[in-house]
Amino acid sequence: MKASRAMFATALAAVAGLASVSPAWAAGAIGGEVQKQAVNPTAIVMFLIFVLMTLGITYWAARRTKSAKDFYTAGGGITGFQNGLAIAGDYMSAATLLGLTGLTFAKGYDGFVYSIAFLVGWPLILFLMAERLRNLGKYTFADITAYRLNQTKIRTLSACGSLSVVALYLIAQMVGAGKLIQLLFGLDYAYAVMLVGVLMIAYVTFGGMLATTWVQIIKACMLLGAGTFMAVMAMSQFGFSLETLAKKAVEVHPMHDAIMAPGSLLSKPVEAISLGLGLMFGTAGLPHILMRFFTVTDAKEARKSVVYSTGFIGYFFLVVGILGLSAIVIVGTDPQFLDADGKLRGGNNMAVMHLAKAVGGDLFLGFISAVAFATILAVVAGLALAGASAVSHDLYASVIKKGKADERTEIRVSKIATLAMGVLAVVLGILFEKQNIAFMVGLAFAIAASANFPVLILSMMWKGTTTRGALIGGFIGLLTALTLVITGPTVWVQVIGFKDALFPFEQPALFSMPVAFLAIWFFSVTDGSREADEEKAKFGAQFVRSQTGLGAESASSH
Amino acid sequence: MQEDAYARILANPRFLELTSKRSRFAWLLSAIMLVVFYGYVLVVAFRPDLLATKLYDGATLSVGVPIGAAIIVLAWLLTTLYVARANTEFERLNQQIIEELK
Repeated sequence: MKASRAMFATALAAVAGLASVSPAWAAGAIGGEVQKQAVNPTAIVMFLIFVLMTLGITYWAARRTKSAKDFYTAGGGITGFQNGLAIAGDYMSAATLLGLTGLTFAKGYDGFVYSIAFLVGWPLILFLMAERLRNLGKYTFADITAYRLNQTKIRTLSACGSLSVVALYLIAQMVGAGKLIQLLFGLDYAYAVMLVGVLMIAYVTFGGMLATTWVQIIKACMLLGAGTFMAVMAMSQFGFSLETLAKKAVEVHPMHDAIMAPGSLLSKPVEAISLGLGLMFGTAGLPHILMRFFTVTDAKEARKSVVYSTGFIGYFFLVVGILGLSAIVIVGTDPQFLDADGKLRGGNNMAVMHLAKAVGGDLFLGFISAVAFATILAVVAGLALAGASAVSHDLYASVIKKGKADERTEIRVSKIATLAMGVLAVVLGILFEKQNIAFMVGLAFAIAASANFPVLILSMMWKGTTTRGALIGGFIGLLTALTLVITGPTVWVQVIGFKDALFPFEQPALFSMPVAFLAIWFFSVTDGSREADEEKAKFGAQFVRSQTGLGAESASSH
Repeated sequence: MQEDAYARILANPRFLELTSKRSRFAWLLSAIMLVVFYGYVLVVAFRPDLLATKLYDGATLSVGVPIGAAIIVLAWLLTTLYVARANTEFERLNQQIIEELK
């Protein structure tokens, strides 16, 4: 029972944010103690090429980034196709590649169920949010929630939501990055974390959104290309027949035929539904993902970008399924990848790395290692930019300066915020090296789904939303998510060490989301203030703009 | 000026047509995605044996594999379906509404 819970948490964390510290199968890979590997020269050369290329892009982007609009949204001139790739690059973390293949390697079909849960939020983002986001938003999603509500209060709330999500996600990424780099490149943990921090600061402070976007695009192409190549090479060993591959996998896997069907991971209905909700609507509340919708020229391109991103992500998840299954046969039976106990060297999350070596030799292993590193950099750059804009655009320009900040100071604040966040991320990354951080990504998703998403969607769709309702409801959602995660099995039992959890479920979304929605509704309908009437009266204009795009931010001239 | 334009659009019957058509379409597609996904999740949770059924006699692959792949493909198809209509029919209607302001 406890083992399955641990696995459940680990799988989520590993998949979403590369942070698994847990007993059971995932131990050893990116979580817990990792063994520093011998220096891998091919990997380092490949990675240096990537770094030089991205720094070149940052230099190019820096010369084009002059206004606040350039800095936050790359001037708003990104095409739907480019943005689709960048979203895919933002969403497919190194952990998707390592965690999902590792999960499929260990448990078979269960890995596939996770992939599906990670994808199905995207169509809903398109149908219910994409065009509204583009038409109402400017730099941050708080521009939308504060459109007709009280600027100071709502931006404070949204900035709190953004910064909590960014901080949790960033720490998880940093710790994961440090361990992964240690494992792949043979670099010391502290140096690895610092390297990630320095590059992240460089991309964001100098190149802003334009550099971040291109880093994400390049990384997405590398990941898609490498995944495809590996899948083709692996399938060629099975005559390109999925049935042959499955037959061999069932033969050699210790679970045999059970790998072809859902197993223990999602056997509890409440957890399964709650996980589905959290992933689906959490995605729709992640500030770094929402921000990507402000970079395209108009609502038409915003819609197109979701078609491309859903296509790329879905394709990648299918490839990942093939890679995981192939690894069972190719890697799981090859003694060079197994230790004395017959377990995978470096843990199950290394399955895809071993597969790379098996099908493409050391050169390709080096390339995949560089891809994994690039992936982390792209994700942390997006996070840092989202966090920095919450500080500079929401807190500094709107809350402190009441909208009277001049543009140059605002950008400067943003860069200082990036620098501060980078330093903080490195320090926390080093402090948390040995800590159990598996819950952090889950918590980030829970806060996104229970605080950011309800406020955002209700402010856009429900006329009756008032400042009081959004503010109280948003904070209640945030606190509920936080409380349920802390008193739940992942933190209460596994981190703090109590025997039994106060809240029995791993996944809070099924409970915390309705609480947030109810609270926003209740504190809105009981709000009889004059401000509330004015806010409701402004809904008509907001609705027209969200639907037609009239008055929406347009792309800057260059 | 802007406020006046918004008020005029709000009173335009075409605007009502646009928003009601688009939101009906968006909710329909959302409902399909939600029903399919949560239906699948419930099967995974309550009747995993259904997904374990073999694809054909003597097969190793279970029906769960093509069903899972089909959900991924469906998610993508629904997005293309929405954009095909939103970026043509709805966009034209939208342009007309904005033209009529002049």
